[in-house]
Amino acid sequence: MLGKLADLAMASTIDLPLPLSKPLDWEGLKAALPPALAETVDDPRIRVAINGALLPNKLKMQAGAGDEIALLPPVSGG
Amino acid sequence: MRDIRLLDQMFLPGTLIGPFTQANKGLGGVCTFVGEVRYDEGVEALELTHYEPLTLPGMHALADRAFERFTLMGLLMVHRVGQMRPGEPIVCVSAAALHRRDAIDAVDFCMDHLKSAAWFWKREKRAKEGGGSEWHWIEPREQDHSDLARWQS
Repeated sequence: MLGKLADLAMASTIDLPLPLSKPLDWEGLKAALPPALAETVDDPRIRVAINGALLPNKLKMQAGAGDEIALLPPVSGG
Repeated sequence: MRDIRLLDQMFLPGTLIGPFTQANKGLGGVCTFVGEVRYDEGVEALELTHYEPLTLPGMHALADRAFERFTLMGLLMVHRVGQMRPGEPIVCVSAAALHRRDAIDAVDFCMDHLKSAAWFWKREKRAKEGGGSEWHWIEPREQDHSDLARWQS
């Protein structure tokens, strides 16, 4: 989690359990996140990257074992 | 000469600009912008976080676009991450070209994109009334987006 999303999660990284038989999708990810964070991540300005690659549509995400999912709030600029 | 870096320690822009200028033999002009942490009322520190897989690659992609758009001999783009105090340099962009307009516009272009579209998240530590201090995240500003729109033609 980057920026203020790390505050909502009270951690900058979280290890998530993986569903047994299928990849982790967007609904599965939200269900596994702390509630304060899960409530905000649908905001269309929040982007998702998996293993450093930005997803064009986070709602279609699919993650597997060992993947790094980054939740990216709007940037505040350099 | 192309030099794109993220630094997690304080830097002295002068120590970068001299060698950069020297490395671009035969240039007609060099334009440099240095941004520093402002002395805003009550602000004690600024912290920039980045996401390693995106932030530096994003700066390289921005440099590629600057080289495509302007006729440049060299580009230096250095950005800080981590905690900084007011007065510390946070960014340095320098462009060398045969002609001044390319150098000036390339720096303006890179700065507008760094300010609004680069993968940085910023928070400031502000003094609280009655003592102590507190961190506050900085939200994107409308001005940054209108600055970016200048280049979309």
